[in-house]
Amino acid sequence: MRTEVEAPVTEPPYVNGVVVDGVRKQFGDVVALDGVDLRIAAGEVVAVVGPSGCGKSTLLELVCGLAAPDAGAVSAPPAALMPQRDALLPWLSALDNAALARRVAGDSRAAARAAAHEHFEAFGLAGFEQARPAELSGGMRQRVAFLRTLLAGRPLLCLDEPFAALDALTRSQAQGWLGDALAREPRTVLLVTHDVEEAVVLADRIVLLSPRPGRVVATFDVGLPRPRERTSLEVVALRERALAALGVET
Amino acid sequence: MSASLRKGEAAPDEAGRGTAAGGEAAGRAARAAAPGASPPGDARRAPGASPPAEPAPLTAPRASRLRRAAPPLAVVAVLLAAWELVVRAGLVDELLLPAPTQVLEALWVDRDLLAPDLLVTAYEVVAGLAASLVVGVGLAVAMHLVPAIDRSLRPLVVGSQAVPIPVIAPIVVLILGFGLAPKILIITLICFFPVTVNVSDGLRASDPDAGKLLRSLGATPWQRLRLLDAPSALPAAFTGMKVAAAVAVIGAVLAEWSGSSAGLGHLLITANGQLETARAFAATVLLMAMAIALYALFAVLERKVVSWAPRARS
Repeated sequence: MRTEVEAPVTEPPYVNGVVVDGVRKQFGDVVALDGVDLRIAAGEVVAVVGPSGCGKSTLLELVCGLAAPDAGAVSAPPAALMPQRDALLPWLSALDNAALARRVAGDSRAAARAAAHEHFEAFGLAGFEQARPAELSGGMRQRVAFLRTLLAGRPLLCLDEPFAALDALTRSQAQGWLGDALAREPRTVLLVTHDVEEAVVLADRIVLLSPRPGRVVATFDVGLPRPRERTSLEVVALRERALAALGVET
Repeated sequence: MSASLRKGEAAPDEAGRGTAAGGEAAGRAARAAAPGASPPGDARRAPGASPPAEPAPLTAPRASRLRRAAPPLAVVAVLLAAWELVVRAGLVDELLLPAPTQVLEALWVDRDLLAPDLLVTAYEVVAGLAASLVVGVGLAVAMHLVPAIDRSLRPLVVGSQAVPIPVIAPIVVLILGFGLAPKILIITLICFFPVTVNVSDGLRASDPDAGKLLRSLGATPWQRLRLLDAPSALPAAFTGMKVAAAVAVIGAVLAEWSGSSAGLGHLLITANGQLETARAFAATVLLMAMAIALYALFAVLERKVVSWAPRARS
C-alpha cells in the first residue's frame, strides 16, 4: 500500500530504467517481499529504506538478476552489485581489486589496471595501488569496492548497505565521495540502506519498505539541491517525515 | 592469477627477507627443529597494522630466532639423552633399540650403503608427490566444477583410502613390475587423498559475497574458478600438500616393501633381517629428515605464495 504514487509512466518500458511490478519472493515459509512495486527512471538515485529483515537485499538480488521472483515481473538494465561487505579479494592489490570487473569483462590485465588507475586520484586512493585490502582503512576499502562496481560499466548500480560497516565519521565522508562520484559519472542507482539520513542525503527518491513481508509503505521525492548537508533544515525535516512514516517516534 | 600474486607479494616479504640473511644459521636450526614455524621476522608484523615498506629492526630477529629455537632443541636434547642413558644402562637390548650415538655412528659408517638407497627413495617420493598433486588437484577441480563427478567419485575417493596396500601390491607389481612405476602409483594412491579433500573444501569455502559479485558481473565458471575459488583454495591446498609430503615417505617404504631391489624401505627389510638395528634406525632417521624437509619446503612455499592469508602473517 503506497501512499504517494508517482506520475504515470510516460515512456514504457523504461529503456534504461528499472520496473519492478508486484513482485513476491518467498524462502520456505518466510515471505520476504510481497507485492512490491518500484520504478527507477534512468539516471535516478533511489534509496530503499526499511528495517532489517524487510527483504531489501532480496529486492537487490532480483533487480541484479541473481534470483527470479515467485510472482510479478522485474525489468532492469544490466546491473553491477556492490555487496554489503566489501568482498574485496585479500590476495589482490587495491588496483587489481578495483580492476576486477574489467578483468571479468575480458580486458587484459594491463588495460584493466589502467582503467582502474585513472580513478585512483579522484577517489583518494593514489599511493595505495599496491596495498592489499588488509592494509587499507574501512573507508578506503569501500572506495575500492565502489570503484570496482563503477568500472563494471553497467548503467545500473545496486548498492547493498554500502556504508553499514563504517563508523559515523567515515560514513558521512563516504556519503560525500559517493555523491561526488555520481555527479562525475551519472548512473541509475538503487541504494539499499537502513539509514534514513543516508537516503535523504544521497537519493532523488526514497522508498520505504515495511517489516517482513516487505511492502512499499511510502515514497518521498527528496528534490533538494546537492550537495546536501546532514544538518540542513530540509534534510532534517525530511528525515523526520520518513521516520514517522516508518512508525519511528523521534 | 599467479602473476599478480607474485607481483603483489613482493612488498610484504621484503621485511622477512632482510632479516633472514642475518640469522641464517639460527634460522636453519629453528626450521630443522620446528618445521613449518614462521620465521620470527614475519611474526612480529601485526596483520594490516604496518605499511609493507616499514623496515624491520635488524638486531632483534636474531635473538628472537634463538629464543624460538631453544625450546624445541632442548626437548629433543633431553629425549636423546634419556634414550642414550636407558640403552647404555642396559635396560633395553641394543639389538632392539640402539643408542642415539650408535645410530649416528651407523649413519656415518654405512654412508656408502645408505646414500644410493636414499637417492632412490627420494626420487620415488618426489615423483609420487608430484603425481599426487596433479591427480589430487585435478580431481578436486573436476569435482568442484561438475557436481555429478563429485557425487559419483567422492565415495570411491574416500573408499580408496581403506584399501590396505599389501592387498593391491601383488596386482600392482604384476602389472607394473619392480621398477619405479609401481612405487609412484602406490605413493600417489596414498597421497592424492589429503590433497583432493583439502582443495575440494578450499574451493567451496570462497567468500559468498564475492561469488555474488562475480555472478552479477556475468563471470563464467572458469573466470570464477580462476579469479575467486582457486586463490581462495590455496591455503587449504598447502595444508593438503604438507600432509601429503609427510605421508609420501611412509608410502614409499610400503611400496618398497611390496617388492623392490633398492631404496631405504628395501634397506630396512634387509637390515632387520641381519639384525643391523642401528642401520635400520639410521635409515629411519633419513626417512624422517626427508619428510621434515619436504614439509618445510611446502611451508616456505606457502608463506611465499599465500602471503595474504592471516596465518601467513601470524
